Amino acid sequence: MDQNVILEVKNLSLNYVTDDGTVYAVNDLNFVLHKGSTLCLVGETGAGKTSTAKAIMGILPHPQSKILSGEVLLEGEDLLKASKKRMQSVRGSKISMIFQDPMTSLNPVMRVSDQVAEVLRLHKAKSRIEAAKMAKEVLLQVGIKEDRITEYPHQFSGGMRQRVGIAMALACSPEILIADEPTTALDVTIQAQVLELMKELKKQYEMAMIMITHDLGIVADVCDYVAVMYAGSIVEYGDRRHIFTNAKHPYTIGLFGCIPDLSIEQEELIPIKGMTPDPSKKPKGCAFAPRCAYATEQCFQETPGNYEIEPGHWVRCLQFRGEDTENV
Amino acid sequence: MLKFIAKRLLMMIPVMAGVIVIVFSMMYITPGDPTMIILGETSTEEEREALREDLGLNDGYFKRLGDFCYNLIFKLDLGDSYVTGQPVMDTIKARLPATATMAVVSVAFAVILGMILGIVSAVKPYTLLDNVSMTLALVGVSMPNFWQGLLLMLLFSVKLGWLPATGYGTWKHIILPAITVGTSSAGIIARMTRSSMLEVINADYINTARAKGQKEIIVVIRHGLRNALIPVITTAGLQFGAMLGGAVLTETVFAMPGLGKLMVDSVSGRDYTVVQGGVLVIAIMFSLVNLLVDILYAYADPRVRSSYS
Repeated sequence: MDQNVILEVKNLSLNYVTDDGTVYAVNDLNFVLHKGSTLCLVGETGAGKTSTAKAIMGILPHPQSKILSGEVLLEGEDLLKASKKRMQSVRGSKISMIFQDPMTSLNPVMRVSDQVAEVLRLHKAKSRIEAAKMAKEVLLQVGIKEDRITEYPHQFSGGMRQRVGIAMALACSPEILIADEPTTALDVTIQAQVLELMKELKKQYEMAMIMITHDLGIVADVCDYVAVMYAGSIVEYGDRRHIFTNAKHPYTIGLFGCIPDLSIEQEELIPIKGMTPDPSKKPKGCAFAPRCAYATEQCFQETPGNYEIEPGHWVRCLQFRGEDTENV
Repeated sequence: MLKFIAKRLLMMIPVMAGVIVIVFSMMYITPGDPTMIILGETSTEEEREALREDLGLNDGYFKRLGDFCYNLIFKLDLGDSYVTGQPVMDTIKARLPATATMAVVSVAFAVILGMILGIVSAVKPYTLLDNVSMTLALVGVSMPNFWQGLLLMLLFSVKLGWLPATGYGTWKHIILPAITVGTSSAGIIARMTRSSMLEVINADYINTARAKGQKEIIVVIRHGLRNALIPVITTAGLQFGAMLGGAVLTETVFAMPGLGKLMVDSVSGRDYTVVQGGVLVIAIMFSLVNLLVDILYAYADPRVRSSYS
């Protein structure tokens, strides 16, 4: 195994069983995360980004969700097979997570300092006093003023709360940070501040990061690698240059087409036609085919494989069959 | 916080004034002649008239209301019972401890049992465990007190001989009535805890706590339960207030000298002064319980606390 790889997700499939039927949230997902690098999972709502993150963390809701197959390898250890106790020691210390909505992701009845101290007490600090001291340091580091650290979440603004969320996630200096749309719920000026903070801390702590987002601006800003997700699968994977200058999958191309270009006069944005497929129906063939301008008869029949069209640039589209060096 | 409590205590004064006026007026317009109760049917009209004059029953509404308030506020005197002739204050004082002790023990029993059942079923919703807990809660709510009291008596007093069947005096006398009264409250609190916990358990901050690597039991208690407490406190408070008013059936079954039984006896015996005094005392206790509930809200939820100050 590549020494440089810290996390590898192999053939991950999971579904949710609800009263209205089975939802196939993630289908045969593969990616690797290199030490110290940032991978962006990009896609629309419902593409399975958050489910993937929760599967890695082992915090999928029970008993509705079920992992059907796959492995999540943290330095070679399969987390999906790890014991409850082992997962508790991994969560928060080796892998930690920042959640989407800072308004709801902090416990409203606990002081923010206690919430940060909690994770420290679990993994790092030997005593409560030590945990409190370390919590204070981390909170100062993310820019919370000293006289405010014993306040409650409702006394903080959204941006401040997300700083607390970041402090909680980074308190035990994890090797991997999963950020689930950390700036979506914040207003734009605060978004930039929080992103800047995350980039700075990531460098300082030498972490690998999985950034989940649907904001291509953030992707361009922070990522080293990009995985474009559609209907629970990664349809295109590559480094930033591959995706931004040489996107191949019709969905990725469509996504970029949706961004308004201010340099030219444009009457309308070009949306991708149609809707994301109903995740409770597993379509035959390519999931994107019904919306794809290039779809052929075959796309509706055959599930595309993953084709490497240039080193490190993978596309899941039948157009590129035969162009790859190796079919996986 | 202290300011808030002081403010709330001050606000009790108009409430109490309202209660006094309403209770007094109701007793005033109730038909019936107290002197008949005191002197008996064989008394002559002259004797009764003399007593009426003596008790001030011939005075006007406002004069009597004024006298009542004056005696209550400056002498802590609620008048004398028409039936026994004893001061009402003493009668209530003698009955209050039994009811209050029973209410405290019952509500403690109900809260502990109810919360355990509620948490268990919320953590494992739609499983056998959940169904069993909620069935127990339903049985608890549905079982009539007098019947349950008799069953408990049959088992613990008659068959096993562990606890006394009736009377009042030692801690042993409290247990069976407290369980009897507390069972239905436990059922209500269990259902309330379950629904409140189910709402909280899917909250984002629960996932945050799990993502920290916290143990599931601590996630549920520290992060879940504390956030689910407000509706539970409300319910428990209401139940406690109702219990302080006396549990007539249970007190009757266990022959406990409680407030509920006193009230019912006084109503049927047309002992107006005792009814009047009893209602007043119960109203005061209810207000105090409400205050206690508000203080507990503030303790449970810092958002409430900051809205108080």
